Amino acid sequence: MTDQTPVVSIRDVSKVFDLGGNNRLQALANINFDIFPGDFVALLGPSGCGKSTLLRLIGDLISPSSGAVQVNNKPAHQARLDRDYGMVFQQATLYDWRTIYGNVQLPLEVMNYPRDKRMARAREMLKLVQLEEFGRHFPWQLSGGMQQRVAIARALSFEPSLLLMDEPFGALDEMTRERMQMELLSVWGQTNTTVVFVTHSIPEAVFLSSRVVVMSARPGRVTGVIDIDLPRPRSFETRESPRFFQKITEVRECLRRDEVKGASS
Amino acid sequence: MTNVADLTPAVERELLPDRGRPGRLAQRLWRYVPAIALFIMALVVWEVVCDYFKIQTFLLPKPSLIAATFIRELPVISLAGFFTLREAVGGFVLGCTLAIVVALATSRWTIVSEGVMPFAIAVNSTPIVAVAPIMNNWFGITNPVAKMSIVAVIVFFPVMINMVRGLTQVNANSLELMRSCAAGDFTVLVKLRIPNSMPYLFSAFKVSSTLSIIGAVVSEYFGGSRDALGVYISQQAALFHFAEAWAAIIIACIMGIAFYAVLLIIERLVMPWHVSMRAVEN
Repeated sequence: MTDQTPVVSIRDVSKVFDLGGNNRLQALANINFDIFPGDFVALLGPSGCGKSTLLRLIGDLISPSSGAVQVNNKPAHQARLDRDYGMVFQQATLYDWRTIYGNVQLPLEVMNYPRDKRMARAREMLKLVQLEEFGRHFPWQLSGGMQQRVAIARALSFEPSLLLMDEPFGALDEMTRERMQMELLSVWGQTNTTVVFVTHSIPEAVFLSSRVVVMSARPGRVTGVIDIDLPRPRSFETRESPRFFQKITEVRECLRRDEVKGASS
Repeated sequence: MTNVADLTPAVERELLPDRGRPGRLAQRLWRYVPAIALFIMALVVWEVVCDYFKIQTFLLPKPSLIAATFIRELPVISLAGFFTLREAVGGFVLGCTLAIVVALATSRWTIVSEGVMPFAIAVNSTPIVAVAPIMNNWFGITNPVAKMSIVAVIVFFPVMINMVRGLTQVNANSLELMRSCAAGDFTVLVKLRIPNSMPYLFSAFKVSSTLSIIGAVVSEYFGGSRDALGVYISQQAALFHFAEAWAAIIIACIMGIAFYAVLLIIERLVMPWHVSMRAVEN
């Protein structure tokens, strides 16, 4: 993997939010890591550790206070203008006034794809997330899990090299969540996308990813990067394998080590 | 490769609302029965009270007398109603058009918003019919444009304020989504802000439809063409012809409801996706 050029390269990145007056919040301090093509990286940490902020820095939705974020060998800003990444949020964020087809086509419309190509892509993407019969429905007619699958289809519709996901399954119930994780892996297996996935669930991070970036809060920083070498394809059996529990323990200890350090300082 | 067929969300499909089930129409009509019953009861009580206490016609005419007058006067009052409705709708269209243009401008240039909004809010809380006599002087007392201008000013502010709200109160993630696709300001306006403002706009339209009828009728009380409904009401009332005045009020009432209903239908056509439509369907 290391001989490849990274999809995302984060160098000495810090982010300070100016809250007005003398209030400043150091959200991220000195972040360094690389993400390689085909990686599935989970950003894991407690609430307030700046993992969503880091995701937004990669996507150039906000800019770093210092340091540099490179995506596909160019500044994140240029990567955004080049439409190098798709975005999925915790809420599906579908536009109520558009049908499911219309929602999946939205990025393609913004990018001026011709109409027939848009429709073909929308059909293809909905097939990928198992919702091909629901193209003419409106978002409110779909359940939360289905809406989130549409959001994934929308994010992948223009074949971005990078998929940024901000706690995409956080609002779903546990059963739906596990099924969505399987589907995401299946979709990921069928595309050549690199995924950055923000979560605060340890099992979710371990089950999905090839690497877990463990973060801690105040200020947000990386406390460890753990390779998850569980075999793929991962299945329901993966969740019951001893290796899976070992990895969960490893990640948990990494999180805890930092808490202990934080408490003693 | 995971077998995705196992993951087909059959359960979720059952959760989908069942559209257009038969037998719903009868159920919906049944819901109106209490309202209709109450209305008829009120009319009966009114009639009986007028008879029993021998209330004089110039104080409170009986419903039966109003009904008879309504039918007799219908050719006159329906024409008057039509005249006033034209003023109301003309003013409504004028005011709403201006409001939408200004709202779009404020969303584009913040300086316009900062300059205009404080005044908009201030003017919105002043009783605008109070300027009716001035408008009558400006445009001539029988000129419908005088009334249309008053109606336009009345509907302008609620429509503009609501439209601005709809254009600016956009879900943060929706905006981030647009940004992530590197969408330009114009694209964001057309694909996100304007559709987002539609529910706000229509609720302002509905409020303004009744306001515009009120504005037109009340401004006619200050004087106007002899063909106008407001003029008719004030003249009949001055002559103690209260049954005629009530009959004209019924016309005003019907106009208000009809205007509102037309907007409701347009709303359903324009926004079949909106929350307020779901209740109707379920």
